[in-house]
Amino acid sequence: MSEHEADDATGTDGEESSEEPTFEAAEYADGTVTYPPHTVSPNGAERVGTVDLREHGGRVLTWTTSTATPPGVREPNTLAIVEFEMGEEYDGPPVRALGQIAERAGEGENGSGETFDVDIGDRVEPVYADELREPGAGIREPESQEWDGFRFRPVEE
Amino acid sequence: MERVAIIGASMTRFGQRDAWVRELLAEAGAAALDDAGIDGDDLDHLYVSNMASGEFEGQTGVPNALAHDLAAQPAYTARIDQTSSSGGAGVYAAWQSVASGASDLTMLVGGEKMTHRTTAEATDVIASLTHPVEYKQGVTLPSFAGLTARLYLDTYDAPRESLGKVAVKNHKNGVDNSHAQFRKEVDLDTVLGSPIVADPLRLYDFCPITDGSAALVFCPESVAAEYVPEDEYAVISGIGGATDTHVVHERADPTTMGGVVDSSDIAYEMAGIGPDDVDVAELHDMFTILEFLQSEDLGFFEKGEGWKAVEEGVTDRDGELPINTSGGLKSKGHPLGASGVAQVYEIFEQVTGNAGPRQVEAETGLACNVGGFGNCVTTTILEGSQ
Repeated sequence: MSEHEADDATGTDGEESSEEPTFEAAEYADGTVTYPPHTVSPNGAERVGTVDLREHGGRVLTWTTSTATPPGVREPNTLAIVEFEMGEEYDGPPVRALGQIAERAGEGENGSGETFDVDIGDRVEPVYADELREPGAGIREPESQEWDGFRFRPVEE
Repeated sequence: MERVAIIGASMTRFGQRDAWVRELLAEAGAAALDDAGIDGDDLDHLYVSNMASGEFEGQTGVPNALAHDLAAQPAYTARIDQTSSSGGAGVYAAWQSVASGASDLTMLVGGEKMTHRTTAEATDVIASLTHPVEYKQGVTLPSFAGLTARLYLDTYDAPRESLGKVAVKNHKNGVDNSHAQFRKEVDLDTVLGSPIVADPLRLYDFCPITDGSAALVFCPESVAAEYVPEDEYAVISGIGGATDTHVVHERADPTTMGGVVDSSDIAYEMAGIGPDDVDVAELHDMFTILEFLQSEDLGFFEKGEGWKAVEEGVTDRDGELPINTSGGLKSKGHPLGASGVAQVYEIFEQVTGNAGPRQVEAETGLACNVGGFGNCVTTTILEGSQ
């Protein structure tokens, strides 16, 4: 991630796309929200819409740095589970996402190679990356899923 | 419903083996047939627990291959894949086949050949069980363990050293298991000084990559004594299977494995016992943190207290509730499809009094086999026939 991109108001990590990507969760008739979206809610209610998680603050629930990564994955790979703040009126199950921690600004196409430090409870924001790992390097068929998505970077409080 | 007995059991040496999956399965299968005093063509059903022989080795169709190798035709065959809990799921399928009356004699063989792959390749094969939103982030099963261990230590104010003591205990138990991959004790300093794999977990918090196989033979309890002496068989008094969310971060409490809670509730109810009645247990310690989570979610200890039991020696071989007398996956090794079968093998040996230097006083034993990171779970309870 370049310095420019790290400071980019749209929050991108890597090459920018012409369409602004959304961090899409699903909303259901019973008021619950899930990420990733499911066919029905945990209670069986039908999907009625989407929620862009970029519009919600999040905090680190837990994190790890993995040093033994699969083919096509950066090494080391710092990951966090982030829990989103869905507002006082939301009473469904916690809305969370697993994501890589973004790299600090620096030299190179994808940044400095050094990820931000995070800890439990830290506030973070999503940063878009057009390729989180190298498609086709691992066992999964490249065409079977998407490879772009969101990393997280700390937000000063 | 017919009660089901186990009348034969075997396991190969676990570790780095020259044999390929067909040979491993045949080795354990032939030994279990011999242990039960039967031939391959006596079997009505033959199941193979295996996660990924196609992905690891390019060998599919392993149940039919095994039927061929053991001259078990025309037995009905099926492969049971439930990732790391394929073995437990195979025990469930074999139990079901006999309990339902569909089979009078069933053999289950679990096996996996993995060590010819690099760690990165094997890790990726296993990680392919994850949801696309997890897989694209490069998550691995060890990463889930690191994430959960940090949350557990923080939530319950548990010391990092307590996780290391699980590894020390299970390596000590493995010394007396001639089938184990590692028969060497480790001390706490070695565990805590080993390289980081998924912070805060280190190399010795993880099980190895392993080749191996294990097998069990099942029949109705009512005819078990026709095959083996009465003190040589065990009865499945309870068994339960359950699932949790595919996406790990969607669990209400990531330090609770819902599949363990639900599968053990079913197994306890079927057996008519509670956690306090269990004398010995084999838990799925693929990562040290999993021994804490399972020991709590099975009801052995209060939530957040499992680490104290390890610190106080309660789960040592000479403790109040010995856990992983075999050495566990940590020391014995974890050939995916074989592990759940080998867990029941250890409990079978314990409740029939044949565990040799690992023997503890046990009438009732429990095995808990976990797939994914708690995604699928089978809990099996065995009782000795005496």
